[in-house]
Amino acid sequence: MQLDEFFVTGEPLIYAGMVSIALVSATVIFLLTYFKRWKWLWQDWLTTVDHKKIGIMYILSALAMLFRGGVDALMMRTQLAFPDMNFLNSQHYNEVFTTHGTIMIIFMAMPFLIGLMNIIVPLQIGARDFAFPYLNAVSFWSFFFGAMLFNLSFVIGGAPDAGWTNYAPLAGSELSPGPGINFYLLGLQLAGIGTLATGINLMVTILRMRAPGMTLMKMPIFTWSTLITTFIIIFAFPILTVALALMTIDRIFGSHFFTLTGEGLPMMWANLFWMWGHPEVYIVILPAFGIFSEIIATFAQKQLFGYKTMVGAIVIIAGLSFVVWVHHFFTMGAGAFVNSVFSITTMMIAIPTGVKIFNWLATLYKSKIIFTTPMLWTLAFIPSFTIGGVTGVMLGMAAADYQYHNSYFLVSHFHYVLIPGTVFACFAGLIFWYPKMFGHKLNERIGKWAFWLFLIGFHLCFFPQYFLGLDGMARRIFTVGPEWFTLNFLSTIGAFVMGLGFIIFVHGIIYSFRFSPRDIEGDSWGYGRTLEWATPTPIPKYNFATVPEVDSHDALIDMKEKGETTFDRSKLKPIHMPSYTGQPFIMMAILFFASFALVFEWITLAVIGLIGAIVMMFIRSFDYDEGYHVEVDEIIETERKARRMTDDE
Amino acid sequence: MEKKHSKYPINHIVGFALSITLTIIAAWTALSSGLPTMWIIITIMALAVIQAAIQLFMFMHITESGATNAPWNMMFHAFVIAAIIVAGSLFVMSFGFTHDHGGGDHHEGGGSESHEESQEDHEGH
Repeated sequence: MQLDEFFVTGEPLIYAGMVSIALVSATVIFLLTYFKRWKWLWQDWLTTVDHKKIGIMYILSALAMLFRGGVDALMMRTQLAFPDMNFLNSQHYNEVFTTHGTIMIIFMAMPFLIGLMNIIVPLQIGARDFAFPYLNAVSFWSFFFGAMLFNLSFVIGGAPDAGWTNYAPLAGSELSPGPGINFYLLGLQLAGIGTLATGINLMVTILRMRAPGMTLMKMPIFTWSTLITTFIIIFAFPILTVALALMTIDRIFGSHFFTLTGEGLPMMWANLFWMWGHPEVYIVILPAFGIFSEIIATFAQKQLFGYKTMVGAIVIIAGLSFVVWVHHFFTMGAGAFVNSVFSITTMMIAIPTGVKIFNWLATLYKSKIIFTTPMLWTLAFIPSFTIGGVTGVMLGMAAADYQYHNSYFLVSHFHYVLIPGTVFACFAGLIFWYPKMFGHKLNERIGKWAFWLFLIGFHLCFFPQYFLGLDGMARRIFTVGPEWFTLNFLSTIGAFVMGLGFIIFVHGIIYSFRFSPRDIEGDSWGYGRTLEWATPTPIPKYNFATVPEVDSHDALIDMKEKGETTFDRSKLKPIHMPSYTGQPFIMMAILFFASFALVFEWITLAVIGLIGAIVMMFIRSFDYDEGYHVEVDEIIETERKARRMTDDE
Repeated sequence: MEKKHSKYPINHIVGFALSITLTIIAAWTALSSGLPTMWIIITIMALAVIQAAIQLFMFMHITESGATNAPWNMMFHAFVIAAIIVAGSLFVMSFGFTHDHGGGDHHEGGGSESHEESQEDHEGH
C-alpha cells in the first residue's frame, strides 16, 4: 500500500484538517509535558472508575464531537448558500453529510446524555457509584475509541460517504470499495459495545441501588426516563450490532447478506437499520424529556404535574418505538397495507407525547417561573419541538409521505425534533447540573447570549427548509438551483448564527472557569427538589456520607423540612469504594487497534488485536481486586471541609 | 460483595468453551457441511436453543432465586422483541420474498402466499 492510498490527498480542506489535528495534538502534548501533568492525566482521569469523572469525560468528548459535527454542518451550508457553489465537490459533500449525521447522533447526542446520566442518576437515587464501575470505564473508553476511529477516517483512508443510514447496496463493497464504509461499520460497532454495557449498567444501578424508601414510583423523573431508555438500549442495540456485523462480513469476507447479487436482500439492511434506528431516536429524546421535566419542576417551583401520567407516557412511547420503524422507508415499496399499519402506529406516538407537552404546560400554569438559562432553553424547547412533532405527523401519513420523503421538509422535521429536543436538553442539563460537576456555576449573562443566538439561528436555519422541501428541493444534493437561492441563503445565515451561539457558549465555560465564584451551596440554584442537590459541592468521591431515607419523589424538599442532611454523624460507617484501574483503557486501545486493522482488511493484525483483547478479558476475569474502604475519620474531614463547617459543629 | 471469590470459576470456563464450540459447529454447518438447506436450518435452530440454555444456566443465574423477578421480566420482553423482529421483518419484507430465488420449492406462488403471511402477522400484533 502506498502512502497516498493511506492518507487522503488532494483536498486543501483536508490538508487544513491534518495540519490542525497535528497542531492541536502537539499543543496538548507540550502543555502536558510543560506542566508535568502526564501522571495526573493517567492517575486522575484515564484510570478512573468514578461515575462523576467518567461523566465529565463523556461530556467533554461530546462537546468536541458537537464542534466537529457543527463544522461539517457549516461546510454544507456554505456549499448550499449560493447556486452552483464550488466550495465542496460532490464526493466531499457526500462524505461531509455522512459524517455530520453519524457524529451528531452516535458520538454527540448519545454520549452527551449518557454523560449526564452518569453524573446525575447515581446522585438522584442515593447511590455511591454505578453497579459495575469497572464496566462503566470500559463503556466510556469503547465510545471514545469508537469515536476516534470514526473521526480518523477523513484524513486516513477516506470518510464514509453513503449517508448516516449507510443503505445497502450503495454501502456494499461493489459500489463503495475502499476503507470508508468500514470506518463507519467498525467505529459504530466499537462504540456500540459501550452503549450496550452502559444500558445494562444503568438498569442494574437503578433497579438495585436506590436509597431506602425510594420505590419505583418515587424516583425522580430523569431517573425514570433513564431507566426506560436503558430498556430501549438493551433491546435495540443488539439489532444494530448484528446488522453492522453482517455488513462487515459482506464487505470484508465476501458474503451476500445485503448484496445485489447472490440472493442478497439489500432492503433487509434498511429494515434492520430502522428497527434499531427508530428506538435510537427515542434513546436520545427520552432522557431529554427527563431533563426538561426536572428543570421545569425546579424553576416553576412546583411539583411536576401528572407524575404518573408522565411515567406512563414514557413507557408507552418506549413500547411504540419498536413498532413504527417502517415510516422511515414508506417509499421502499412494502405496499399499501404494510404502510397503513405503520402509519397508524406512528400517529399513535403523538398521543403520549402530547400528554407530556400538556403536563409541562400544566406545571408551568400559574407558577412563579424563575428565568434562569436552563429554564430558557426548556421554555424554548416546548414550542420548537411541537413544530417538529406536528410536521412529524404530516410525514407519518404514508400517502402524503410520497410527497415529502427525501426532501428538505424531512431534513427540517428531524432537525426540529433533534435540536430543540436533544441539543437544547444537553445545553440545559449541562448548565443546570454544571455546579455539581465543577463546583461553580456558568455565567448567566453569557449563557443568555448563547441561548438567544442559538435559538434565533436555529429557527432561521431550519424554518425556511420546510418551504424548500415543499418547493421540491431534495436532501443530499450538493448544488442548488437559483430558484431556491433566497431561502437557502437565509438558512445558511441561521447556521452561522447557531455556530456563533456555540462559540459564545464555550466562551462562557472558559470565562466561568476563571471568574465564577467558587464557594457555593450543595443546592446550588436554591430550588433543588431531588437528592443530587443534597450532596455538598464539590461532591465527595463517595457521594453520600449517609444515605437518607426517601418517601416522595421530591426527596430534598422533605429533607429540608425535616432538617436532615446527607451527613448524619451517628450513622457513619466505612464506605466501600472500587479501585482505579488502567485495564479498561488498555483493553479498548487494543480493540481500537484491531478495528483499525480490520478497516484496512489487514486480517493478521486484526486477529492479533482480538487475541490481545481476549487476553485482557482473561486478566480481568481472574482479577480479585476488592477495592478499598474510606474510613470514618476521612469522611468526617471531607464532609466538614465540603460543608464549610466550623470547629465547634 | 460479602462472598469471597475464592472458588475457581470452572462453570464459567466450561460455559465459555461450550458456547464457542457451538458457534463453530453452527458456522461449519452453514458453510461446509453440505447438508440440504432444510436440515441446515433445523440444525442451526437446535444449536441456538442449546446455546440459549447454556447462556441462561451458566452465565445468567437463571437458577438463583433473587429478590425480584427481573430475569423473567427481561425474558418476556426479549421474546416480545424477538417476535416483533422476526414477524415484523417477514411482514415488511414480504414483497421481497415474492420472486423465485431459483433454489427452494417453498417460494412458489409467492404473491398469494405472502399476502396470507402478512395477514397472519398482522393478527399476531
